[in-house]
This record gives sequence, C-alpha cells and structure tokens, in this order.
Amino acid sequence: MSESDLVRDLGRRNFFKTSLGVAALSIAPGFLLFDIAHGKAQPVSNKVRWGMLIDTAQCKEGCNDCVTACNKENGLPSVASATSVQWIRKIELKEASTGRQVSLPMMCQHCEHPPCVDVCPTGASFKREDGIVLVDRHRCIGCRYCMMACPYKARSFVHEPVTDQNPDVPRGKGCVESCTLCVHRIDVGLQPACAESCTNKAILFGDLNDPNSEISKKIRAVTSVQVRADLGLNTGVRYQGL
Amino acid sequence: MQAHPPMYFKNRLYYLLLAVGGLVVMAGLYAVHLMEEHGHVISGMNNQIVWGVPHVFAIFMIVAASGVLNVASIGSVFGKALYKARAPLASLLSIAMLAGGLTVLMLDLGRPDRVIVAATNTNLTSVFAWNVVLYSGMFALVVIYLWTMMERRMNPYTKPAGFAVFAWRFILTTGTGLIFAFLTARQAYGSALLPPMFIVLSFAWGLAVFHLVQTVLYVWNDKVLDTAILSRKKNLLGVFILASLYMVAMYHMTNLYFAQQKAFERFILVDGGIYPNLFWWGYVVLGNLIPLALIYWPGLGKTRSVFAASLMVVLGAFSLLYVFIIGGQAFPLNIFPGYATTSSFGDGQIAAYSPSIYEFLLGFAGLAIAFITTTVSVRVLNFMPQDKHYITD
Ligand code: SF4
Ligand code: SF4
Repeated sequence: MSESDLVRDLGRRNFFKTSLGVAALSIAPGFLLFDIAHGKAQPVSNKVRWGMLIDTAQCKEGCNDCVTACNKENGLPSVASATSVQWIRKIELKEASTGRQVSLPMMCQHCEHPPCVDVCPTGASFKREDGIVLVDRHRCIGCRYCMMACPYKARSFVHEPVTDQNPDVPRGKGCVESCTLCVHRIDVGLQPACAESCTNKAILFGDLNDPNSEISKKIRAVTSVQVRADLGLNTGVRYQGL
Repeated sequence: MQAHPPMYFKNRLYYLLLAVGGLVVMAGLYAVHLMEEHGHVISGMNNQIVWGVPHVFAIFMIVAASGVLNVASIGSVFGKALYKARAPLASLLSIAMLAGGLTVLMLDLGRPDRVIVAATNTNLTSVFAWNVVLYSGMFALVVIYLWTMMERRMNPYTKPAGFAVFAWRFILTTGTGLIFAFLTARQAYGSALLPPMFIVLSFAWGLAVFHLVQTVLYVWNDKVLDTAILSRKKNLLGVFILASLYMVAMYHMTNLYFAQQKAFERFILVDGGIYPNLFWWGYVVLGNLIPLALIYWPGLGKTRSVFAASLMVVLGAFSLLYVFIIGGQAFPLNIFPGYATTSSFGDGQIAAYSPSIYEFLLGFAGLAIAFITTTVSVRVLNFMPQDKHYITD
C-alpha cells in the first residue's frame, strides 16, 4: 500500500468511525486504535510534521527521567534487560578523537523515509500523515524484519506476555513496537511524556512544518544534525551539540 | 532370523525412520507452542539478535531448495540425459526443503497465527512480501514441472516448465539475497554482492543435498551408481565449492576495502570468538577444503568420500549462515560513527546470544518435514534415477 493509499484509507476509516461509531472498531481495529483512544474525529493532517530537537548540552549524564516517564506513560517494563522493551534509551557517547563526552536520549527518529515501513511485509509499520511512524499491533506478525532494517535500533520485540497495560497504548506479546511519539497525548494537545518530564528542557517538541513554531525557530538559529544523515532518511528527531 | 527376507527389515526400518521423523516434528511443534505461550523470552534471541538459529535452518533449506533444481535445469534446459534422469528427484527435494524451510520461518514469527495477515495484506515495497510470492510461486511451478515429468501425457510440456523453473529459481535466490542486501544500515549486510553470492552458494548446497539423498537411495535399493556418473557429479560439486569459496572471499574482500567495514571484518574473521572459529574451521576447512580434498585427491573421490564431502558441505553451510546471520547482528550497529557508545540497549557492545533448545527443535523439525516428504514420496512414486547403459552427453 503506498503512502497516499494509506492516508486515503485512514481518512476513509475515520469517516467510518464517525458514522458507525464503535462498530467500525471491528472493521479496522488497528488503524482506529490510536484515534479512538481519545475520541477525536478529524483525520490527521500532513500540514504538520511532528518532530523533536534534542539539546545534548542540556542532557545530563546519568539522568534517566525521560526513560522513566516513557515507561510509565506507555506501560513498559521498568527494568531494562536484553529482552525488555525499550522505546527510549539513554546513550553515553565519547568522541574517539577528542574524548568529549555527550549524553543523549535515543528513540524512533520518525523518519520521513522510514526503512521499517519499506520492509514490513504486511504494512503493519506505517507513517501517519503528520510524520509519526507507528506499528499497527493488530497487523504485525512479529517477523522482526523492521528491527533489522532500522538504522537506530529503535524497535523492540515484545518477548513476554504484557501486563499493566495503559488502555490508551495497546501492546501485545509477539509484536514489534517503538516510540509512538506519544501519539495518544499529541492528539489531545499534550506533549510526549519524555519532553514533558525533562527538567533540563533538553527535549523540544513541536511542528517542523510551522515556520513560527518554537522548534522551527530554534532549528533555524542553532546547528543541529540528523543522526546518520548520510542515509537520507530525513528524521523528525534532530540533535544539537553533536 | 533367516525366516525374514531383507525386505521385511527394510520395511520395518522405513517405518522406524518415519516415526523418528514424526517425533522430531512433534518436538518442534511443542517447542513452538512453548515459545507461543511464554513468548520468545525462552528462546536465546533478544532485541539485538532478533533472528536466531531458526533462521539459519530456514535459510539453508530455502537456498538449497533453489540450488538443488540446478540438477533439473541442466537436464531440462540444457538437455543432458544424465541430469534429466535426476530431474524428478531434484524437484522433489526442492519441494521438500522449501516446505521445511518455510514452516520454520513461519513458526518462528512472533504471531504465527497471523500468517493469513501476511497473505492478505501485502506491502509491495517489502522484499519480504516479494519473497512470500516468490516462494509460493516456486512451489507451484515445481509441482507443475514434476507433473509434466511424471505424467506421460504431459511430457511435451517438460521443457517449457523446466525453463520457467530455471528462471524462477534465479529470481528466488536473488530475492533471498536481497532480504539482506537491503539492510543498508548494517555493516554485515547491505552489499550488492549478496544476491550473486547466494546464487552460487545455492548451487553447491543444493548439489550436496542431492548427492546425499541419491547415495542413500542407491544403497537402499541395492543399486550402484555408475562411476562415470559419479565422477561427473563430483567434479561439478568441486567446481561449485570453488566458486562459492570465491564469492565468499570477494564479499569479505570488498568489505575490507571500505574503511568503515574494517572493524566488522576483524570481528568476523579474527577476534569475534565463536564467529571466526566457525568461519575458518566450520566453513572454510570443514565445508570447503576437506570436501575438495575428498573429491580431488588421487585415490579418493569414490562413493564414500563424495558422500562425506557432501555432508561436510552441508555442515559448512550451517557454519557460514550462523556467522553471517547471527555474527552479523552481534556486531554493534554503528549509529554514531566516530564515537564510542554505551547504553542499556547494547549500543557499542557485542551482543550475546546462546541459542536455546527450542530454537534447535524448531530447526530440526523443518529438516524432519523435508525428510518425511522425501521418504514418503520416494516410496510411493518412482523417483529413482533411470540411467541408460550409455551416456549420450
Ligand atoms: S527510527 Fe527506525 S523505527 Fe523509527 S521510523 Fe526510522 S527506521 Fe522506523
Ligand atoms: S515485525 Fe511487524 S511491524 Fe515489523 S516488519 Fe514484521 S510485521 Fe512489520
């Protein structure tokens, strides 16, 4: 399914939803879940592109507040292990040539040209019109090809039965997941949990398409980079001070 | 004892073998059930090594399933009588291994219950989705091809069917190579050499499997393979082994040429622990050099040594795939070139992987499916190669 088909599809399904209400849920559960979580009827628009600018100078080594907030918001396990789901992680970096140390949060970069979406055999991985990359957890067969394809290791496979779910964030064993940019919060006008939780204000969230948004202004004013920009994925998450 | 003719023992042995095969399949299904119930946490796989031992088994079977058809193609497409006589057996082996390999791939999914989703929702940009089409098409084509060979009325269609299979299997193995070649961000994969490398590997692996089965079949039927035929086929195997060694060498050499790949090559070839060991000892020595010696050493190259050589080629194939698939994931992804990294998610670290018994059970179940398919078929239908007394080609 091409990008525009998907969008049309989403629009159509939103129409269904408003006209048929909950009955539509059984027709296209995956696509609706993120929408019905907050009961908003209008389709998402490509006029906005959600993104983040992360100021590594403000991010403190050893601070894990964003990770904790994400885990709590999305009902993820709080103890990290080789098989645990981690939508966001802190990476400590040390520049090989200078020894300079940097600390930063890493999560799905919400690529404009996401390899995970390209490789997904079922179309479970998809990109919303507003640039948020999601996994339809009712369509994912758990093949893990997207995990192989993601250049940022942003995705996790759910290795164990899921407990303590947040009803707004449906999850399930045997599927692959990643950061949703807290789509359920964005759609009701809130910020992603990580951005809100950062006391150092290292994570700036906003609309990259709106020239007057705080994030757009800052991106114009400071030097920021996309991680692995050489891959040409045009990520929605940018880093400052790398 | 004398009261029983040898046939009686063979019958019992046949059913015993089938029963063992059946048990292996059951054990594999039980392992899948456990992985379904508890999640993949009971497997050795994790968020860094997302494809484990089941993929090694599955990809071996799928690649060999395509390569074994080479025997059939040489017969049908190039009209060599010696190979034509072997085309039915080669086709059968192809179907059997394809069935085994695909079953393993499917049962290793996080949600095998949703395979119908994969069949009904196809993302046309996904190589994986192409492969689903390629595999099922291959299956259907080979069945038709077999039918044209086994059913006298259909014989005139053997040649076109053979051509179709010939073309299809190239595309199929290319597709398998592309699964990895498209992973451009990963150091181990993303090489344009992978599709041709897989094609050449498939020739060697497929022929090795064919040799193994053919030898057993001849022994079982108290027949002796003509030495002239044996010598041709072993020479062909030798050529395929040399060619695949060349392709694998090229793949590593080109990687060494790119500065950013050097650390990865060092890991795979020198200091990566199990991976260089498996590569050099398992693949190069056991899977290539010893088989070459067994084939070409003066005085060797008889039935037994060719059988042993084929077996080693297969073991070498498993070693290479283990290194390629698992070693390729174990080496840390370079997200921040020029930086050393650490995190709770394995950044900058060699990922640990110790395969669980469940993964092996699943892999062996795939082999057992191929085994049962072959054993039952050769018994109920005539797949024994029928050679003329003279060899025309
Ligand atoms: S960062 Fe990875 S998971 Fe996120 S959109 Fe890009 S490729 Fe997909
Ligand atoms: S694991 Fe799920 S989301 Fe990822 S590629 Fe497979 S089906 Fe798509």
